[in-house]
Amino acid sequence: MKSNERQEINTLLQEIDGLLSAPFRFMEVCGTHTVAIFRTGLRSLFSDKLKHVSGPGCPVCVTHPAEIALGMDLAEQKDVVLTIFGDMMRVPDHRGMTLKELRAKGAKIEICYSPLDSLKIAIENPDKEVVFWGIGFETTVPTVGATIVQAQKMGIENFSVLSCHKLVPPALRFLVTSKDIEIHGFLLPGHVSTVIGVKPYEFLAKEFNIPAVISGFEAIDILQAIYLMIKMDIGGNVRILNQYTRAVKAEGNKRAQEIISEVFRPHDGLWRGIGTIEGSGLEISDKYSKFDAKKRFDLKFQDVKEPKGCRCGEVLQGKISPDKCPLFGKKCTPLSPVGPCMVSTEGSCAAFYKYGLGSND
Amino acid sequence: MDTILLDHGSGGLASQRLIKEIFVKHLSNQILDSLDDAAYLELNGKISFSTDTYTIDPIFFPGGDIGSLCVSGTVNDIAMLGAIPRYLSCGFIIEEGMDFDDLEKIVESMANTAKKAGIYIVTGDTKVVPRGSVDRIFINTSGVGEVIMDTPLSGSSACPGDVVIVSGTIGDHGLTIFSTRKGISMDFDLKSDCAPLNKLILELITRIPQIHVLRDPTRGGLATTLNEIALQSNVGIEVKEEDIPIKPGIKEGCDILGLDPLYLANEGKFICILPKEYSTNALNILQKDELGKDAKIIGQVVDSPKGKVILETPIGGRRLLSMLEGEHLPRIC
Repeated sequence: MKSNERQEINTLLQEIDGLLSAPFRFMEVCGTHTVAIFRTGLRSLFSDKLKHVSGPGCPVCVTHPAEIALGMDLAEQKDVVLTIFGDMMRVPDHRGMTLKELRAKGAKIEICYSPLDSLKIAIENPDKEVVFWGIGFETTVPTVGATIVQAQKMGIENFSVLSCHKLVPPALRFLVTSKDIEIHGFLLPGHVSTVIGVKPYEFLAKEFNIPAVISGFEAIDILQAIYLMIKMDIGGNVRILNQYTRAVKAEGNKRAQEIISEVFRPHDGLWRGIGTIEGSGLEISDKYSKFDAKKRFDLKFQDVKEPKGCRCGEVLQGKISPDKCPLFGKKCTPLSPVGPCMVSTEGSCAAFYKYGLGSND
Repeated sequence: MDTILLDHGSGGLASQRLIKEIFVKHLSNQILDSLDDAAYLELNGKISFSTDTYTIDPIFFPGGDIGSLCVSGTVNDIAMLGAIPRYLSCGFIIEEGMDFDDLEKIVESMANTAKKAGIYIVTGDTKVVPRGSVDRIFINTSGVGEVIMDTPLSGSSACPGDVVIVSGTIGDHGLTIFSTRKGISMDFDLKSDCAPLNKLILELITRIPQIHVLRDPTRGGLATTLNEIALQSNVGIEVKEEDIPIKPGIKEGCDILGLDPLYLANEGKFICILPKEYSTNALNILQKDELGKDAKIIGQVVDSPKGKVILETPIGGRRLLSMLEGEHLPRIC
């Protein structure tokens, strides 16, 4: 880092502090932001008046236990190769079982960087049913959609997707309409916004008068975004601003949006600790229904419960800080996690445990 | 191309052929060549003794292979006590069907590394197991060396006020293995740092016997090793992120793959902790050697928080640098 960047950060921190006469609580809803705020040490530099709250931005964390049960069910089926993003490996299901344990018992589970890797596995193993477990937000959905289109074109018969994808704007609406959540500003996700653009967030300012800024992932990006948020909050001119213009276009990525609407359709999504949020999930559209693992394997949601004592649901909504959960750091650690927020490297409990020097609340 | 068969591990003629045509051919020395049931050794004084079993996928990777790794790894472990490694044993578990040529390449690489380190491989064993029982080849090496320090170096000897030096860039080996395994190519010369460090260490401990700790940050990486030392010595360690030498390509590669270089394995680096007054001298010695040319002071030992490592970030923030828990898995996006 150049010394003038460090200077710029110090100046911004001082200016933010000067602007604030009362505590300002901002929420980020992106796992990469969670990690960046801790990892850069930015959190340790915030004054007492600036409160950082992590929202439902970690793809693994928001995956509902009933969805986890579906994935586990698939992994246990003979002739199925379940392909996943690495973070899913250690999420305990309602029985406390993980994919890692299933793999040790002989289940075929492969970690992929891209759904295209999964398609490749399907092509190489025509006698196996290869399922890609699609989790995450608008960022990862276009590639999954493109893979399904590709599979269709190639006439691949043994590939399908378990879609547990989620959409960010409906979750934001849920949060701001919840009575017991106090948020003064949103740090909006840079990666998701490259796909969806600025418009889907406008309701935050127009209907709820909450300032929000799309931000990049460097410490200086995040601080600039916070500064802009506070300025708007004080000045009264509340809008959605885009600090991350080097990557995010106002209209987003049209091609990616087209793929999403070509292959998927919104449905009521299930969120851990929250439950159903209207129109917040994505299921595979009729045109591509043969690639829908839920239909292909006739998977049905079971009535499963959250692990006993786990408060991930409240952590995900920013209602409590991770260290306020009685299991934090005791029964629940990254090595033996009880809830998903401790599993994923992007989970707020894991970040708090891994990097934290104390509470900012 | 010849392949290894179960016959080669039977102890009969095929085994004899394997021993002569591969092992003795490349590893030959007076002690090994006697081909008795055990090696007859002469050693002086206090002994440093270490063992490690090597299983790596892929077995050949840029910058090394399982052969160079299994010699360097054990040689380095022996040396970290403040010792001169002398003799190694090697035990092979080979999957039937392995290419004869691949095995020969591995043994040749072991011989070259042993030569570089100035040690002898003096005894060995080979087992061949049915296909599927192991992944191509597993190698165990054990070794002994002569401790030349009055008190052997230990991870429990770090003292507040000491300086922490790392002997070079970190993350090279871990990222090389990871990206080779995944078939991801990087647009820079990515290779493992796998190397025997004993000669450099010998020079260092001979000239600066005041050194408190030497430790190689292999599995779990720099972060985990620093935490182990902090716990063992019951001290705190403060490290400046900006001062940790990491090649720019490694940093970028890790960013893309969702990995943290501070947790990636190294096979040719060590951490040296010593009283501040000797740190300049230590740096000079290290930097003159090819294996230590990127050595840097990265932090200091403090009294508290005990058992913890604190990282000062480039923007001046502070955070915990915790130990690796479980498997290092790449994240989603």
